[in-house]
Amino acid sequence: MLRLPVFSYLRPGSPVEATQMLADHGGRAKLVAGGTDLLPKMKRRQLAPEVLVAIGHLDALRQLEVSPSGAATLGAGTTLSQALRHPALREQQPGYLEAVRVVSTPALRNAGTVGGNLCVDTRCNYYDMTEEWRSAIGFCRKAGGEVCRVAASSPRCWAVSSSDTAPMAIALGATALLAGPDGMREVPVASLYADDGAAYLALAATEVLTALRLPASEGWRSAYQKLRRRASMDFPVASAAVALHLDGPVVDGCRIVLGAVASHPLEVPSAADLLVGGELDDDAIDRAATEAARLAKPLDNTDLSFPWRKRMVKVIVERAVRQAAGRA
Amino acid sequence: MSAGPEAWAGRRLGAGPGGDDEPGAAFRVVGKALPRVDGVQKVTGATIYADDIELPGMLACVLLRSPHPHARIRSVDATAARSLPGVTAVLTSEDLPIRFGPLPISQDEEVLASAKVRYVGDPVAAVAARDEPTARAACKLIEVDYEVLATVGSIEEALEVPVDEPIHGDTEIGNIHRFVALEFGDVDEGFALADHVREDVLFYEGSNHLAMEEHSATAVFAGDQLTLWSSTQAPHNVHRVLSKVLELPMGHVRVVATPHGGGFGGKVDPFAHEVAVAKLAMVTGRPVKCTLTREEVFYNHRGRHPVLMWVRTGATRDGKITAMHFRTALDGGAYASLGVATTHYTGALQTATYAIPAYRFEGARVFTNKATCGPKRGHGVPQPRFGLEIHLDKLADDLAIDPVVLRQQNFVKPYTRTVNGLRITSSGLEEVTEKVVAASAFRRRPRPVGHGQGFAVSAYLCGAGFPMYLNRMPHSEVNLKVDRGGVTVFCGATDIGQGSDTVLATLVAEELGLARGDVRVVTADTGLTPVDLGSYSSRVTFMAGNAAIDAARKMRAILVDAVASRGGQPGAAVRVGDGGIGEVSFEEAVALAEEARGTISTSGSYAPPKGISGRFRGSGVGPSPAFTFTAAVVDLDADPLTGEVRVNKVFVAHDIGRILNPVLVRGQVDGSVYMALGEALMEEQSYRKGLHHHPSVLEYKTPLALDMPAIETILVETIDPEGPYGAKEVGQGPMLPVVPAVVSAIHDALGVWIDEVPVTPDKVLRALDQRAKGGEGRVGPRRFPDIPYPPCTKVSPDAATASL
Ligand SMILES: Cc1cc2nc3c(=O)[nH]c(=O)nc-3n(C[C@H](O)[C@H](O)[C@H](O)COP(=O)(O)OP(=O)(O)OC[C@H]3O[C@@H](n4cnc5c(N)ncnc54)[C@H](O)[C@@H]3O)c2cc1C
Ligand code: SF4
Repeated sequence: MLRLPVFSYLRPGSPVEATQMLADHGGRAKLVAGGTDLLPKMKRRQLAPEVLVAIGHLDALRQLEVSPSGAATLGAGTTLSQALRHPALREQQPGYLEAVRVVSTPALRNAGTVGGNLCVDTRCNYYDMTEEWRSAIGFCRKAGGEVCRVAASSPRCWAVSSSDTAPMAIALGATALLAGPDGMREVPVASLYADDGAAYLALAATEVLTALRLPASEGWRSAYQKLRRRASMDFPVASAAVALHLDGPVVDGCRIVLGAVASHPLEVPSAADLLVGGELDDDAIDRAATEAARLAKPLDNTDLSFPWRKRMVKVIVERAVRQAAGRA
Repeated sequence: MSAGPEAWAGRRLGAGPGGDDEPGAAFRVVGKALPRVDGVQKVTGATIYADDIELPGMLACVLLRSPHPHARIRSVDATAARSLPGVTAVLTSEDLPIRFGPLPISQDEEVLASAKVRYVGDPVAAVAARDEPTARAACKLIEVDYEVLATVGSIEEALEVPVDEPIHGDTEIGNIHRFVALEFGDVDEGFALADHVREDVLFYEGSNHLAMEEHSATAVFAGDQLTLWSSTQAPHNVHRVLSKVLELPMGHVRVVATPHGGGFGGKVDPFAHEVAVAKLAMVTGRPVKCTLTREEVFYNHRGRHPVLMWVRTGATRDGKITAMHFRTALDGGAYASLGVATTHYTGALQTATYAIPAYRFEGARVFTNKATCGPKRGHGVPQPRFGLEIHLDKLADDLAIDPVVLRQQNFVKPYTRTVNGLRITSSGLEEVTEKVVAASAFRRRPRPVGHGQGFAVSAYLCGAGFPMYLNRMPHSEVNLKVDRGGVTVFCGATDIGQGSDTVLATLVAEELGLARGDVRVVTADTGLTPVDLGSYSSRVTFMAGNAAIDAARKMRAILVDAVASRGGQPGAAVRVGDGGIGEVSFEEAVALAEEARGTISTSGSYAPPKGISGRFRGSGVGPSPAFTFTAAVVDLDADPLTGEVRVNKVFVAHDIGRILNPVLVRGQVDGSVYMALGEALMEEQSYRKGLHHHPSVLEYKTPLALDMPAIETILVETIDPEGPYGAKEVGQGPMLPVVPAVVSAIHDALGVWIDEVPVTPDKVLRALDQRAKGGEGRVGPRRFPDIPYPPCTKVSPDAATASL
């Protein structure tokens, strides 16, 4: 059986105390919310933090508020299942929940959190393996080694951004609330991420994501399409989040964000722009989807073949655009 | 050749309890949907599995395994590991020099590698320490000096001249492990009679069993007696191997198979960790346990062989097969395992469904630097069944004959002999076909693009006709103890989750007129129970079941006799049933018998009858006392834009012989469908430069409960004359036709052939692209390699059926 390494487990009383604990332990501490991503990685010795700072129990991070306008604030410690069951959220934020619903399995959604999902580690077939396996082939860049097994000549890591909710949150124009030693800040979700498979989060090591803020829909319609081998459990191998705003038949706003085809959620404004200002006819959709697929650069480090994934971006963008358009 | 059932069997058709004359005499326990005897314990977590065993003073064992696919070992230095605090013992190859393997002809495994390693995961040293982390830390301190050799990674590479050296020193040609070359009837003449001849090349990828429970074994050595608890499917095999490698008399070794979290063939072979913990227990005087990680299970493997196939069939214009030539190449991985049998199985059962008048089979198994392949559900049969059924679909297309009709025209008739000497008895092949075609509305299916149905049939054994090592002893033995303490059945059979304990209790309860809960079952303990060869080849219900009925009938006669002689009646007048024997209760009858005869116990045994095979070298693999027949239709949607496949429903009609317990039977069908869909659509035990791609249950894809389609199971009873109350098997047969039916349905949906499994979305798209460009719309192997098969042994029809 794979067993966890030895670590100390801290239970702060508030998010501020959590940031303090992170600061106290320097790089040796890590936040843990539901643990569904972190703990398996620790069992495989991908990470071996000496200290875990737990935040899942903090009431301050479990708030879930939906304003009359439809804007929502989800505490980072809210579980994905709690979000799915929330009546007002279901009413006001169906797009976000569409992405939540396809995260993993029911059991993992019961434990996994809104914040943990946004901060979920990037993935790679050469990295998400046991220590024995990785030592047989030699440790790669993301594990402190010198080479990347996927792109040998590359100076960086190309591990894949695999969050389902991140592309959707970005498409919806959501923001994230962060608590740090110097107080709170609110940033667009997109700016949580760096285009680097190894250092994939742009947060300071002492910062805690406290909440996700989803704006009121105000007529925006959205859809999420996800490809994976098994609809029961798997991470995305390509996904597309689309948010559209229509003025009569004319598109007057569009955001398209791709998941699992880069090391960060990949917004493709040049594809979205091909839809804005015109009607949603087959031609326009085809052009936009083609442009999105052109920009996607999947590599051979997830399940299923990477040429297939690249090609499928066109199909899922097209489907997501049509689906979003068809929604009231 | 055809004769009535009577000519074929000693037992009367449909004999009921006590061997009653009336066919299908009223059963009280058999056929009822009773829960399994171990069900409540399993679902409440009370069952003690191998890894749950904790003994005072127990040490943890971890094996150091090779990180190289192929390398010479220059030296192993365990000094530092031995002096790590908490480490009690470290074993290396000198401690265990005797080789072993599951078959007498393939004793090619070392517990710990001495001169070379042959796959990533080959064990090199075994550490016993106070706990697992310490044992793992000690493994890191063992210094192994390797000289890395070129990796042989595929069938094609194995057929080339070895770059450095062959993987094994004793092969005749390069890395070829074994050839089989047999010809039955005059194949050239058969092809000359054909109006149409078709050839296909197909590939079936390897896969792991993926039992939920990882292997685990615990050993104790006390006095001069060794006891090993292990999650093994065949304690008898482990018993023999421990005795050999540890040089202990059989009588000083006891092997207990613990309750299983699944086997599927992955726990039939004896394994290095089982011997290592035993040796460590002997060396340290402490109990020692080893539980494998999931990754190690993928390396232990013994799973489905990847098989490349070439098949050529001749047929008349109206679809009668005149001859068939079948070639296989098996990627065996690093060691022999049961691979010799597997190789034979890739050619043995093609004739069990279709009356092929002339048949040539050439098979070759090669060694590669990958985890060893062995028996997995269907053992060597799913691959050629897939190849054969897809090939026949295409043949039907060529001849413009309905694929069901083409098959029906060639169906093997009940109570006949096949050209390769298999004795076929009861057969529901016609009936399962009709029923599954009707239930699925196969002939009336809608044909929109993207929706498809596929049909296939298959046959499977009810137990191998011959044991793994040559002997004339029974294949299964049962002792029955009846006294004031109750009724206890002792049998070596292992319940690996298939429900064999439940079956034994059912059969004995039926014979003795008891409720099933009145019968206690003690199984799979070589120190307590008489021999059963193991849970493989769908043999347990058939063989242990017959042995149990044999023992129970003898017991029934004793009890009836005791009651009859007290009352001065003839035995025939004494009715057995409802907890009583004649006028008295069962307990009173037992007391009467004990008074009259002292301790009462009976034993029963089963060995397959003679004359179920031909007389030629290689005739030992394939024959069985009976065969089951299955037909399946798969209904699915295939997305022409993504190539993704969604299975809507699987219809399975299975000839079960007799249903002993419908709950167990349906459970096996469900499990078979799951496994077939995994192999058809996802599972790949694949490697990159000798390293397993994804030895993890998240990355190695298999369907989960939420991915399962609806299953409609149709059971057909044919009441086999040899089977226990006419029962046959259901553990393996039902998976066989599902794989080709999936591929056939994809063709039905999109018009493309994917001649290799698993079918992935990108293969479907590649085939569609090809067709759009005017190509054939097929993805699969291009050619079958040149293999230096030896000349075929020609077996005349007389020799094939010589023992009739
Ligand atoms: C079998 C399996 C399948 C999965 N499938 C999917 C899938 O389909 N889609 C998907 O998106 N995910 C999937 N996951 C990943 C994971 O379960 C989810 O992303 C989940 O939402 C993570 O939340 P958590 O609370 O468990 O995160 P944790 O494991 O607790 O944390 C994950 C990471 O985020 C950091 N973190 C957590 N909370 C915060 C915070 N508030 N502020 C800053 N950093 C934080 C942690 O330090 C850690 O690095 C899967 C996981 C498994 C094991
Ligand atoms: S992309 Fe390269 S560096 Fe990053 S995890 Fe994969 S193999 Fe390692």
